[in-house]
Amino acid sequence: MGNHILDIRDLYVWYRTYEGYSKVLDGVDFNVNKGEKVGLVGEAGCGKTTTMRSVLGILPEGQFHIPKGEILYHGENILKMKPQELHKIRSEGMSMIFQEPSAALNPVFTIGSQIFDVIKYSGEGNSAGSRSKNKEKIREKAIQAIREVYIPDPERILECYPNQLSGGMKQRICIAMAIVTERELLIADEPGTSLDVTIQDQVHRLLRDLVDKKGMSLVMITHSLGVAREMTDRIYVMYAGNIVEIADTKELFANPLHPYTLGLLASVPKLTGGGVTEGIYGQIPDYLNPPKGCRFYPRCDRADHSCQQEKPPLRDMGDGHYTACFKV
Amino acid sequence: MDAKIQRTEIIVPSPAARLKEGFRKNWYKFSRNKLSIAGLVIVLSIIVVAILAPYVAPYPKHAGKFVDYVNANQGPSAAHFFGTDNFGRDVLSRIIFAFRGALLMGIMVLAIAVPVGVFFGLLAGYYQGSFLDTFIMRITDIFLSVPPLLLALAIAAVLEPNLTNAMIAVTVMWWPWYTRLVYGMATSLKNEYFVTSAELVGAGRFHILFREILPNCLSPIFTKMALDVGWVILIGASLSFVGLGEQPPTPALGQMVSDGTRYMPDLWWMTVYPSLAIAVIILGFNMLGDGIRDMMSKGEHDRG
Amino acid sequence: MSKETDNILTIENLKTYFQVGKVKGKTVHVRAVDGVSLSIKKGEVMGLVGESGSGKSTLAYTVMGMYPPTEGKITFKGEDISAGSSRRPLDVKKDMQIVFQDPGSSLNPHQNIKQILELPLKVHGIVKKEEMEKRVTQILRTVELSPAYMYKTPGSMGGGERQMISIARALATDPSFVILDEPTSALDVSIQAKIINMLLRLQEKNNLTYLFITHDLSLMRNIATRVAIMYLGKICEMASTHEFFETPYHPYTKMLLSSIPVVSVEEEKLRPEKVTSTGEIPSPTNIPTGCSFHLRCPNKMDLCTYDDPVMTEVTPGHYVRCHLYNKEEAGDAV
Ligand SMILES: Nc1ncnc2c1ncn2[C@@H]1O[C@H](COP(=O)(O)OP(=O)(O)OP(=O)(O)O)[C@@H](O)[C@H]1O
Ligand SMILES: Nc1ncnc2c1ncn2[C@@H]1O[C@H](COP(=O)(O)OP(=O)(O)OP(=O)(O)O)[C@@H](O)[C@H]1O
Ligand code: SF4
Ligand SMILES: [Mg+2]
Ligand SMILES: [Mg+2]
Repeated sequence: MGNHILDIRDLYVWYRTYEGYSKVLDGVDFNVNKGEKVGLVGEAGCGKTTTMRSVLGILPEGQFHIPKGEILYHGENILKMKPQELHKIRSEGMSMIFQEPSAALNPVFTIGSQIFDVIKYSGEGNSAGSRSKNKEKIREKAIQAIREVYIPDPERILECYPNQLSGGMKQRICIAMAIVTERELLIADEPGTSLDVTIQDQVHRLLRDLVDKKGMSLVMITHSLGVAREMTDRIYVMYAGNIVEIADTKELFANPLHPYTLGLLASVPKLTGGGVTEGIYGQIPDYLNPPKGCRFYPRCDRADHSCQQEKPPLRDMGDGHYTACFKV
Repeated sequence: MDAKIQRTEIIVPSPAARLKEGFRKNWYKFSRNKLSIAGLVIVLSIIVVAILAPYVAPYPKHAGKFVDYVNANQGPSAAHFFGTDNFGRDVLSRIIFAFRGALLMGIMVLAIAVPVGVFFGLLAGYYQGSFLDTFIMRITDIFLSVPPLLLALAIAAVLEPNLTNAMIAVTVMWWPWYTRLVYGMATSLKNEYFVTSAELVGAGRFHILFREILPNCLSPIFTKMALDVGWVILIGASLSFVGLGEQPPTPALGQMVSDGTRYMPDLWWMTVYPSLAIAVIILGFNMLGDGIRDMMSKGEHDRG
Repeated sequence: MSKETDNILTIENLKTYFQVGKVKGKTVHVRAVDGVSLSIKKGEVMGLVGESGSGKSTLAYTVMGMYPPTEGKITFKGEDISAGSSRRPLDVKKDMQIVFQDPGSSLNPHQNIKQILELPLKVHGIVKKEEMEKRVTQILRTVELSPAYMYKTPGSMGGGERQMISIARALATDPSFVILDEPTSALDVSIQAKIINMLLRLQEKNNLTYLFITHDLSLMRNIATRVAIMYLGKICEMASTHEFFETPYHPYTKMLLSSIPVVSVEEEKLRPEKVTSTGEIPSPTNIPTGCSFHLRCPNKMDLCTYDDPVMTEVTPGHYVRCHLYNKEEAGDAV
């Protein structure tokens, strides 16, 4: 498979804490093809954000350690890149929409100046031509982007400060900033979580349509299987820093295999009614002393001693459906 | 096939084990910064030395009425590490005895100012917007608007100059800081759901003020206290510097500095060593205060 | 009159306004709860659904007596409790409890679990001092936690466990009515499922009545006996759960239902035709005239822009607040 835009191989990321290393990511494999919409699904604290932050090289300075693994962007290892090269990829190749829209926008600058900056830094802003002409072009581009996220009256919005906009509008501005210049890969970290269902639905549909229209690739981080089902072509299920299942979206919901995926699916309350299941026993492990073997075994009802001893590898179950479990 | 994994329950720890575990964790957090340990060592040594002054001071008699003009004005030597003053008294011994008054001052002032200030802060904060709030906080503002040293000077000057009155003066100007500190915390804490929850269940005012709100203010209070001991001692020294504290011949650090300045720079040891002693006390308490703050903080990745 | 006495809680035309400042000399109000009438029968799980800022918590807090109502009447077991919490008799406080939205701030971080659970027991004099520890163990057992939690502090526990402790505290006084304000919305689904199950078991065992607040309609479908939808301080549709999901009437309800992300084909079939949601939720300081939903409504008529519809019982027990279903006008509206 040569057309991976992004290919994460066996990535380990640890955080330094005063009690020792918090071994969060534990051999993550993840890839994105051109034009593909990929979901990364898992519950709070499983390492979704950590994975994508390591891709962009924006893990908190001095607090992390990467003992092993590589992140290939078009075949080149991001972890070995010089800062300038990484910067170039960040400003031209991929962009990220953050979990918390209000944290991603600087409250003391207008929306306009923040979007202009994105365009300038991408290199698209300083093409040939006079300065004033250039400025005009940047402005037009920004207005176009705001229009694309269906916010009425873009000229007025450019002059607004973030606190003058509602949560849904801020999140749409973040999307606008992410798509304003040509990018190949868009990483969206739970872009709708802090919004209401109806607004979340608007934002998600907008995001999906834009990605399709521009032929970008999308990594959609979410804790909701329902959202992943409506947004993506292929899903990675993550549990405690491990990828436990990979499958095409249709296949995953038709034929879920890993005990964690099954438990997660059963826990989602259904619109069809029929009560609520018992959920999954226990809770996410302590990353300081994660279980040896399969990280899910303390919560798994199929587990036996082999699970306790050895880490299950991702196995191909056919048709691009992979799962990391001995008991499937 | 192997047997299924047994799920284990957590065991209730014994009280002794809990205590030990709590101590271990607190010590870990405290000792992460080596300066905190240094602060603790300095403070403990000063306290021990002050308590045992008659036994550790090389010339205990020199702390009282004593003159020995033969040995006066000597520089630091093996017999007198810090030299002797114009009356021939050993400077080191006098410093050691002066620690007693300084510590007494720091401890007594805070022992009175903190409970009073905290109490008013809690009351005003919890009843934010009421008459009580306005009343308490306006008085606090008045006290805080007068420069502290000036206020202490005024009070100490009106009263007869001695250590007790110096302590009263400093106490009077110190409590409003704690009222202000606790007020800010209480006004936000009273809106936390755990306070509301206690109110709804019907808990009394006493419980809410002292069991729900107060414990959440303790960390900043203790930190401020540890830092303040040093400053109180400094203010005490300033008062004694201008003659409004402990009266001669009982040694006081400020007064020793002020006496020494008259003989500067020839008898430099008379000024420099007491000044250093003041600096060391303040530094020690400050470093200790930082350690206490670290210990009591509940950071995001600190599992309390 | 048997129907009247069945109700454990009755709310009549309840309004709670907050003063938030002045513009041009006129005080600006947030009309957080704006004329809600609602009655809850003994033993039911009344679901209250609405978007953020629609006034769900404010309604709950007013019922609990944390805010004095601006207008309206609250009756609990036949007793008028419209006065604030400080003026309520202790036995009413014992009989009504609330579990708060935020598991982070509802437990005092400087107390251990034993101290937290002891408070209601002490205040209401439920057990003697010697038996306290035994009773706390018992309470922990009811929420399926081991007694080892007794000496833990909230900070060392996960969100799910913390919420279980909050529930345990609410149940410690053996109340008959409990308000659950989004008890699981901050938690993962696998933990939510566990807590919901426990809540339903407890309800059955202790004969409890719940007012369950959430913004998750799928969850509501599985636990509530009746559902009310709130939008900008008003209830816009109320029906038994089955009715509500089978035949939703209000355009807002349809919009909500069609926005829910689902995980199976069967559920997809149940969702109403896609109602594209447009527009933003208006600010509660500036509620639109007429029907407060008209700015976002796909079925809006002229009438809606100036006339506020009233609650009508369209079919028995199914109430809707929309001009489309107003009996007198229905003829020319639909
Ligand atoms: N700077 C840090 N230092 C120590 N631990 C950290 C740090 N940042 C994150 N962690 C821990 O790493 C784990 C994974 O965090 P991450 O943010 O990647 O999870 P996530 O899957 O994005 O969760 P969420 O759904 O809550 O956003 C968590 O347990 C978190 O506490
Ligand atoms: N104490 C208060 N003072 C002023 N305004 C308030 C106060 N409490 C709530 N509000 C306002 O009242 C409205 C309703 O808030 P409420 O918390 O009841 O909403 P909610 O439906 O519970 O929302 P969420 O789902 O976010 O919890 C909001 O606009 C809020 O800003
Ligand atoms: S490997 Fe074992 S423990 Fe892990 S998920 Fe599979 S059965 Fe469960
Ligand atoms: Mg995250
Ligand atoms: Mg709420």
